[in-house]
Amino acid sequence: MTAYILRRLAVAIPTLLLLIVFSFVLMEAAPGSPFDTERGVPPQVLANLEAKYGLDRPMIERMGTYIWNVVTRFDFGPSFTYTNRTVNDLIEQGFPITLTYGFWSFVVAVLVGGTLGIAAAVYHNSWLDYLAVGVSIGAQVLPNFVMAPILVLIFTLWLGWLPGGGWRGGQVEYLILPVIALSTSYMASIARLTRSSMLEVLNAGFIRTARAKGLPMRRVIFRHALKPALLPVISYLGPAFVGMITGSVVIDIFFSTGGIGQFFVSAALARDYSVIMGITILVGALTIFFNLVVDVLYAWIDPKIRY
Amino acid sequence: MSLLSVDNLSVTFSTNDGPVRAVNGLSFALDPGEALAVVGESGSGKSQTAFAIMGLLAKNGRAEGSVRFEEQEILGLPERKMNKIRAEQIAMIFQDPMSSLNPYMRIGDQMTEVLTLHQGIGKKEARTEAARMLDAVKMPDAAARLSMYPHEFSGGMRQRIMIAMALLCRPKLLIADEPTTALDVTVQAQIMDLLAEIREEFDTALILITHDLGIVAEACERTIVLYGGRIMERGPTGALFEAPSHPYTLGLLQAVPRIDIDQEDLAAIPGEPPDMSRLPAGCPFAPRCPLKEPRCETVMPDLLPHDRLLRACHAEPGAVAA
Repeated sequence: MTAYILRRLAVAIPTLLLLIVFSFVLMEAAPGSPFDTERGVPPQVLANLEAKYGLDRPMIERMGTYIWNVVTRFDFGPSFTYTNRTVNDLIEQGFPITLTYGFWSFVVAVLVGGTLGIAAAVYHNSWLDYLAVGVSIGAQVLPNFVMAPILVLIFTLWLGWLPGGGWRGGQVEYLILPVIALSTSYMASIARLTRSSMLEVLNAGFIRTARAKGLPMRRVIFRHALKPALLPVISYLGPAFVGMITGSVVIDIFFSTGGIGQFFVSAALARDYSVIMGITILVGALTIFFNLVVDVLYAWIDPKIRY
Repeated sequence: MSLLSVDNLSVTFSTNDGPVRAVNGLSFALDPGEALAVVGESGSGKSQTAFAIMGLLAKNGRAEGSVRFEEQEILGLPERKMNKIRAEQIAMIFQDPMSSLNPYMRIGDQMTEVLTLHQGIGKKEARTEAARMLDAVKMPDAAARLSMYPHEFSGGMRQRIMIAMALLCRPKLLIADEPTTALDVTVQAQIMDLLAEIREEFDTALILITHDLGIVAEACERTIVLYGGRIMERGPTGALFEAPSHPYTLGLLQAVPRIDIDQEDLAAIPGEPPDMSRLPAGCPFAPRCPLKEPRCETVMPDLLPHDRLLRACHAEPGAVAA
C-alpha cells in the first residue's frame, strides 16, 4: 500500500507538469492581454509593461522560467492586475476562506445527503422516500446563484437573523448562509447517489443472508449494507470535496467572503496570467491528491481491491 | 407433534401487471429431524415458500394461511419476534454461495455476530465456537480462516461456510434453497454428504428445495412436487420415484439423464414453465400435460390418496405410465 501511494505521488509530478503546459498554451492562445483597456495603452507604455512582466520574450522561454520558479522556489509570480501582490499572497489570503466554508459545506452535504439517501432507500416507496427524492431534486435544480439571493432575502432581509455577507474571520453566523448555498446541490447529488446504490445493495444476496440470520434491520443496514453502498458515493466525494474547498465565484460575490473562487474568475476575465496559472495548479494538485485518497478509501472498504 | 406445519399457505405479489400468485394453498407438515424435498421447475413457487416461512418475502409479497413452528404461529409475527426464530430455530442457506456471503466482511465477523447477537456470548468465545463449527463442516485449518474474506474461498468452501453459519445456534430446522445448484458436480456431492452428516450429528430437520431430482433420492424421506404454486404430488420419496402417479412427476423423472439405460435423446417436458400472472383456472400443468382432459383447464383436481402417494390429477393413475 505504501509503495502504491508513493508511486501515485510520483506519477502526480508529470501530471501536474502536463497540466501547467496545457493551461499555459491555452491561456496564451486566448485573445487579449492583461494590459488591454477600453482606451488602449500608448505603445511605449505597453512595451514597458510587457518588459517588466517579461511578456516580450517568447512563450517557450516564459513557460520555462515559470515552471522553474514554481518548482525551485514555489513562486507563482506577481499578479498582473493586483499591483504589488504576488499570486502566493492572493492564495494565502483567499484559500483559507474557501477551505473553511468549503469544508463545512462538505460536512453538511455528506451528513444531510447521506442520511436522506439511506432513509429513502430503507423506506423505499414510502412518503419518506418521496420527500427525500423531492427535496434532492429541488435542491439540485436550484443553482446556487438562485439559492444565495433567496437565502439572503429570507434570513437577512425578512427575518434579520443572519448577516447577508462578509467574513469576519469565519465566525459562525457569517458561515451559515454560504455553507447552505454551496452545499445544497452537492447534498442533493449525494442523497440521490446514496439512495440508488443503497437500494441496489439492499437487494443483494448477502443482505438476505443477514436478515435470515435474524439480525435487526438497523444492524443489517449499518454493518452489512452501508460500506458497499458508499463505494460509488466515495468516488463522487473526491472531486466534490475539491470543488467545494476551492470555493465558488457565486458564493464569494454574493456573500463578499473574499475567497479564491472570485479571484479565479476575475483573473480569467482580466487575463491575469499568473493568477490563472496559480489557481489552476492548486486545483489540479488538490484533485490529484483527493483522487488518491478516494482510491485508498476504496481499498480500505473493499477487500478485493489490493494495490 | 410436528416441528413445522404449513397450512393452506398462499403467497401473492402485487406487481404492475396485477397480483401474481406464486404459491397457492400449500399444506404440509414436517417432523423433527425429518428431511423433506420440495421439487419443481423455476417459478414453481418453491423458493417463495421458503421465504414465506422465514418471513423474508420481498416487500410487495404477502403470505396468507398458516405456518406453525412448534405449535406457534409464525406467519405475520412482528419482526423482533421473528428475528428470534431466524437462526435460533430455523436457519436458511441459499443457492449462490458467491453472493450470499458479505464480500466486505471477514467470515469470522459474519459468523460471530450470529452468536453474540442470539446467544449473548462474548466475542472471543464466539470465535472459538465459529472455528469449531467450521471444523465440523470439514473446513481445513478452520481457526485461521476466520480472518479471511469470502472471495478467498472457492464456491464449495463458501457453501460450507454458509452451512456452518446456519448451524451456529443449533437450529431445529434448516431450509436449503438449491444449495448445490451453483456448484461443480463433484462439489455438489460433497455438500450433500455434508448435509446428511450434519443432520445426523445435530438432529436438524431439513427442507431441501431443488430442481435436481438426482440429489433428492438419497437425501430426503419425503418429497413434494410443486408446479405453478400448487402441489402436484407428494409422498415418500421411494414410492414417488418408483411409481409416479402424476404426469408432471413422470415428466420430471424422465428428464433426468441416466447412465444405466441407453438413451438417444433426453425426454423434455414440452412447453414452457407457466406464466404465473396468467395461470389457468384449473390445473396449472394442463397446457403442457399429455393426459389433458377438458375439465383440467377449469377445475383444479383435489389432492387425493393413491397407493402411498397423494396426487392432484384428473387422469386415472393407471394412465400415467413410464
